[in-house]
Amino acid sequence: MSRSSTVRNAAWLWFIATIAVLVVGFRQAIFLVPTEETMGNLQRIFYYHLPHAILGLIFPYVNVVASLAFLYWRRRDPLKALTADALAVASAEVTVLYVGICLASGMLWGKPAWGIWWAWDARLTTELLLWLLYVSYLLLRRFSPTGQTGTLAAVLSVFAAIDVPIVYMSIQWWRTQHPAPVFGPNGGGVDPRFYPAIFWNIAGWLMWGTFVMLFRFALERRRQLAEQDAALLAIEASLETPQ
Amino acid sequence: MKYLGHIFSHLRKDLRLEWRSKDAINGMLFFALLVVVVFAIAFDPTGFPSTTRQISGGILWVALLFASVTALNQSWTRELRNQVLEAHRMSPAPASALFLGKALANLLFVLVVEAVLAPIFVVFFNLHVLGNAWLFALILPLGTWAIVVNGTFFAALGLRTRNRELLLPLILLPVSLPALLMMVQASTGVLTGDLDLIQIRTWITQLAGYDIIYTTVCILLFETVLNAE
Repeated sequence: MSRSSTVRNAAWLWFIATIAVLVVGFRQAIFLVPTEETMGNLQRIFYYHLPHAILGLIFPYVNVVASLAFLYWRRRDPLKALTADALAVASAEVTVLYVGICLASGMLWGKPAWGIWWAWDARLTTELLLWLLYVSYLLLRRFSPTGQTGTLAAVLSVFAAIDVPIVYMSIQWWRTQHPAPVFGPNGGGVDPRFYPAIFWNIAGWLMWGTFVMLFRFALERRRQLAEQDAALLAIEASLETPQ
Repeated sequence: MKYLGHIFSHLRKDLRLEWRSKDAINGMLFFALLVVVVFAIAFDPTGFPSTTRQISGGILWVALLFASVTALNQSWTRELRNQVLEAHRMSPAPASALFLGKALANLLFVLVVEAVLAPIFVVFFNLHVLGNAWLFALILPLGTWAIVVNGTFFAALGLRTRNRELLLPLILLPVSLPALLMMVQASTGVLTGDLDLIQIRTWITQLAGYDIIYTTVCILLFETVLNAE
């Protein structure tokens, strides 16, 4: 199936817009916003760490919704179920990517700032567990027999979705060393002069994440359709075999 | 009541099969014992009694976790022979009864292993429980159920995958980590006497909550997994 030219043009447009927003965000984060007083230029990692942390918590929800849609449509409308499955795997891969970047950037920031690479406090442990859950999801997909992949993966996705709040609550009660939340009821908030860098980077990485996810989705759809065509050919060939 | 009857039939079947071969229990017992010995070599348990008490809770649950994983895989393989699994699928009995029967059987096996292992633990590590040791009668079953219910479910999930033995710990451990945290914290709290009763009770309550949530999810989703094709 060839992509229609409107979809292709839209994809190119989105890609160029994303790059533009990321460039503006980079300029804001690295050059324009004032240097923070306690940590100096090291603090600029925050403008990459924060968007990836926030977005890493959104893509898992896309995965769960797609998995539930898959389970719902599995017997009722198999073609829609296939689309849901493609979205599930695409969002899972982007989750692993974004949460991984959040962990890595956090570690790079933590070593010079705190003197340690890692701490087993509430935030970090929860984030690591989220990453482990979705890596195990991808492993299950890889090891499962063809035909069952969607169902088994969707079931595991439900488990993972239930696990995340449990992890958050149990560890929250256990340890807290990570800096207190910046935004929200308990946070100190940031100086408004930092806002441009934060907003441009959140927007840019959201656009990038969506782009990568939809690209992967398109690839998966292409693979599914090729698989279906091959299956159809095999069936037709078996019908033509003389009895 | 018929549902409970189904669960009981499945439970009796598994217990009978296990009694005849005693594979799982023997394997688990010896494995857990070996893990305890390995840990005793990794950390010298006699030199520092207070340190030993701190880490014993964790070591106990790690040993039980790995021992359970070895037995959980093969609890489903006996359903693959003679197309028994297809027979289960075709029968009108609810699939979740099969799951619960098997999970309960696995729970009993692991509890037997624990009953044998706990005294050995106390002996090898010279453990002197500082808190209320009776709390273990609550922590051990709840914690074991948390491992076994998810383990039985994921073992069924991975039944027809390639590398099935490898897959079970890979998907079981991430999902079980919060429960593991709760079990270890509660056990260590009792062993060291550092946590007061209210804190230990909070951990036990959270563990019970985890058990309830995941038992429900497993019962609801087992039918889907059994009929995955």
